[in-house]
Amino acid sequence: MSAALETRGLCKSFGALTVADDIDFRLEIGARHALIGPNGAGKTTFVNMLTGALPPSSGRIVLGGEDITAMAQAKRVKRGLGRTFQINALFRRLAVIDNVALAVAERRGVARRMLRAASTHADVRAESMDLLATLGLAEDAGIRILDLPYGKQRLVEIAIALGLKPRVLLLDEPAAGVPSLESYRILQVLDNLPKHIAILIIEHDMDLVFRFAQRITVLVQGEVLVEGPPEEIAKDKRVHQVYLGEQHHG
Amino acid sequence: MSAHAGGYSADPRIRWIESLPWIVAIAAFFALPEYLSLGARILIYILYALSLDLIVGYAGIITLGHSAYFGLGAYIAGILAAKAGISDPMVQLAAAAAAGALLGISTGAIILRTKALTLLMLTLAITSVLLEIANKATTLTGGADGLSGVVVAPILGLFRFDIFGKTAYLYCLLVLLLGWWLVRKMIYSPFGTSLTGVRENSLRMHAIGAPVYWRLVLVYTLSATIAGVAGGLITQTNQFVGLNVLSFESAGELLVMLILGGVGRIYGAFVGPVAYLIAQDFLAKQFPEYWYFGIGTMLVLVVMFARGGILGILDGSLVKLRSRP
Amino acid sequence: MEAFFASLVSVAFHGAALGMILYVISVGLSVTMGLMGFANLAHGVFAMAGGYVLTTAISRFGAPYPLALALAFALVAAASVVLERLLYSRLYAASDLEQVLFTIGLIFIAVAVARFIYGTLQQPVVLPDYLKGQFPLLGRDFPAYRVFIIVFSAVMVALLWFGVERTRWGAMVRATVDNRAMAQSVGINTKRLFTLTFALGSGLAGLGGGLGAEIIAIQPSYPFENLVYFLVVVSVGGLGSLRGPFVAALLIGIADTACKYWLPQYGAFPIYVATIAILLWRPSGLFGRHA
Ligand SMILES: Nc1ncnc2c1ncn2[C@@H]1O[C@H](COP(=O)(O)OP(=O)(O)O)[C@@H](O)[C@H]1O
Ligand SMILES: [Mg+2]
Repeated sequence: MSAALETRGLCKSFGALTVADDIDFRLEIGARHALIGPNGAGKTTFVNMLTGALPPSSGRIVLGGEDITAMAQAKRVKRGLGRTFQINALFRRLAVIDNVALAVAERRGVARRMLRAASTHADVRAESMDLLATLGLAEDAGIRILDLPYGKQRLVEIAIALGLKPRVLLLDEPAAGVPSLESYRILQVLDNLPKHIAILIIEHDMDLVFRFAQRITVLVQGEVLVEGPPEEIAKDKRVHQVYLGEQHHG
Repeated sequence: MSAHAGGYSADPRIRWIESLPWIVAIAAFFALPEYLSLGARILIYILYALSLDLIVGYAGIITLGHSAYFGLGAYIAGILAAKAGISDPMVQLAAAAAAGALLGISTGAIILRTKALTLLMLTLAITSVLLEIANKATTLTGGADGLSGVVVAPILGLFRFDIFGKTAYLYCLLVLLLGWWLVRKMIYSPFGTSLTGVRENSLRMHAIGAPVYWRLVLVYTLSATIAGVAGGLITQTNQFVGLNVLSFESAGELLVMLILGGVGRIYGAFVGPVAYLIAQDFLAKQFPEYWYFGIGTMLVLVVMFARGGILGILDGSLVKLRSRP
Repeated sequence: MEAFFASLVSVAFHGAALGMILYVISVGLSVTMGLMGFANLAHGVFAMAGGYVLTTAISRFGAPYPLALALAFALVAAASVVLERLLYSRLYAASDLEQVLFTIGLIFIAVAVARFIYGTLQQPVVLPDYLKGQFPLLGRDFPAYRVFIIVFSAVMVALLWFGVERTRWGAMVRATVDNRAMAQSVGINTKRLFTLTFALGSGLAGLGGGLGAEIIAIQPSYPFENLVYFLVVVSVGGLGSLRGPFVAALLIGIADTACKYWLPQYGAFPIYVATIAILLWRPSGLFGRHA
C-alpha cells in the first residue's frame, strides 16, 4: 500500500551547505510521526520542500501515490497537504476569525468570489467558529492577531492548517515557546484529530514527542541518522550522543 | 468612520456616513458653480486614487507606475476623439477602460512574478516606456505639445458638455459612483479578504492553497481598468492630453493624495484628492517652492507620525472622544 | 569605415564616462539597500546636493576644483549622517511603502529647497583650464574633462573595492549583508555600521553629482529625473553587490550614449525595454543573490 507521503533521495543545498542529504522518508496513512534533530539539522527545510515552498535540488516527493515534486504549492494543498510554521505566519492585522476563514474559504472554493459579501457566507463563518471553539479560541474570534498573546497565536497557527481539512498535516514546532496551559491544549487538540490524518510533528519537547509519536525520525546535518519506534530511539546510543545528550547537559 | 477592511464578520451594508461624500458633491454642484471644473478634476482623481488604493492599500503592491494606465486611457480616448473621429463619449470611455485592462493584464502578468524593488523598478520602467512612446510618436500623440482637437459629442446624444462644466461634473460623479460601488463590493467580498490576506502574509496565503499570483493579476487588471477610465474622463473634461498624464511626478502625486487621505480604507481616496487638489489650486501657482516643500514635509510627517493619514487621525480622535468619561 | 570606427570609439568613451558617474553615484544606493534593506528613492538628492556644493564653491567662493570636489563629498556625507540619525534610522523596521513614501517626501523637500535657493535654471560649471582642452591618446583627441572623470572614478572604485575586500569595515559590511542576525550576534555594532556606510554611500553620491555636473545637469528636478537611471543601475546590477552595479552602470552609460548617437528618434526607449527584459530574465539582477 502506498504511504500518505513519501520522499526518495531528497537533497537540498544552499550553495556549499547541504541541508538535506539523500532523505528517504515514509509517512504512513494515519501516522503519528515525529521528526527530531538539533537546531539547523534541516527539519524546516525538509517541510518547506514537502509543501513546495522550496524546490529540492534533487529527489522525488510522492503524495498518496502521486508524484508532486514539481507541483505548485496551491495544488499540493488541494491534494490535502497542510502545514504550520515554526515562526508564526499569521495575518497580523486581521481578526482571528478571518485568519481561519481565509483557509476555510480557500478549501471550499469560494475565496475568489467578488460580488457577494464575505459575511454572507454563513457556512464559512460557522465552520471557522466551530474550529475556534475546539481550540478554545471562540472568545477571541474578533480580536486582531496583533492583540493576541503568543500562546494563542500558536493555536491560531494550528487552526488555519486545520481549516484546510488536510489528510497530511506537517507541524513545525507547534509548541515552541508556548506557556504550559496552551501547550497542554495543543496536545489535547492533536490527540483529538481524526485518526486518518497523517501527522508529522517537529518538536524539541521530548515528553511531548514520546507521548504523541508512534514513530520517530532523527535528522542530523541533513541526513537521517536513525528511524524507529520511540522505545528504540530512546535506547539508541547515537541519538543520545547527538541529540538527547544535549538536553541532559544543557 | 472606521476603516473598511472587509472580512467574514464585517457588515457590508452601507452606513449613513458613507452618503456624506455624495451629499457634499451634490451640494458643491449647486453652491459652487464657478468651481465645477476643479470639482470634476477632483472627482476624476478620486476615482484614480480609488484604483490605486485597491492595489496599494488592499493588495499591498507598491507601484510608482500607476500613471501608465491612467495615461494610456487618456491617450486612447484622446486619439479616438482627435484622430479617428469617434466622438461618442461612451465609446471613448469604453475604449479607455479596455486599453487600461489590456495593458493591466499584460504588464501585471509580467511584473507580479517579481517582488519589492524589482517590482517597483518594473512599474517605473513600464511607465517610462509609455512616456517615451507618447513623446516620440508625435503624429498620433502630438508629443510634447500635447494632443488637442479632442471632440466629445453629447452624452447619449442628449447632454452636451457645456463651458461651465456642469455636464462634465455630473458625468464624472456618475462614473465615480459606479466605480466606488464596484470597489466597495469587491472589498467586502471573499476575494477582497483574500487580497488583504496576501498583503498581510503572502507566505501563508501560498500555504493555504491560494493562487496568489492570479489573484494579484486579477486585482491589478481591475485597478488598471479603473485607472484607464479615470484617464478617459480627464481627456473628455479637459479636451486635451498632455505628456504629464504619464509622468512619474503624477504617479507620485497620486500616491501622495492617497497617503494623505489614508491607505486601505476606501474613503482615504476621497479625502486625499479633495484636500490636495484644493490646496494645490490655491497655493501651488502662487508659491510653487513652498508647495513642494509643504507636500514633502507633509509626507515625511505622515510617515513618521500619522500612518493612517487624515482619516486615521480622525479615527484616533473619535476614539479618544468616546473614551472620555 | 574610418568614420564609423571613430564614432564607435567616441561612443564607447563618452559612454564609459557617463557609466562611471552613474556608478559612483549609485554604488552607495546598492550598498544601503543591500545592507539595511532601505528603499532610499531619495538617493539622487545627495548627488544633486553634491553638484550644488561644487558649483557654488567654485563660482561663489572661487574654490579650486579639487577642493570643491572634496567639499562635495565631505559636506554631503556630513549632512547625510544628520539625516540618517534623525530620520532614516527610525524607519529601518518600517514597511517598504513607508520607506518609499518617506523618501519621496524628502525628494519633494529637496526639489523645493533647491528651487528656492538656486531657481529653476541649470547650474553652470566652471571647469579649471587644465580640464577644458583635449587630451591626446593613441593618435586621437579626447576631452580632458571626461578623461579625468574616467581616471578619477576608476581610482575611487579601486579604493572602494579594496576597502570592502580588505578592511575590517568591509568585512563587517559583507557579513551584515549576508546575515544581519548572525552579524549582530557576533557583536558587530550594526547601528554604527549603518551610519558609517550610509555616510560613505551618500558622500560618494555627492562626489559623483559634483564630478558629473557637466554631464548630468544640476537643476532642481535632478532627483526625480534621474531616479530611474540610479534604480536601473542598482536593480540590474543586483542589490548589495559592488561589482554588479559597476557592470550595469557601464552597460547603461554606453547603451544610453549609443542610443542617443545612433537612434535619437527612440530616446531612452531601448534602455527601458532592455531593463525590463533583464529583470524578467533575472529578477534579482545580473549579479544579485538568488533566493
Ligand atoms: N534560504 C536559506 N538560504 C541559506 N541557508 C538556509 C536557508 N534556509 C535555511 N538555511 C540553513 O539551512 C540549515 C537548516 O535550517 P533549518 O531547516 O531551518 O533547520 P531546523 O529547522 O532543523 O532548525 C541552517 O544552517 C540554515 O542556516
Ligand atoms: Mg526549524
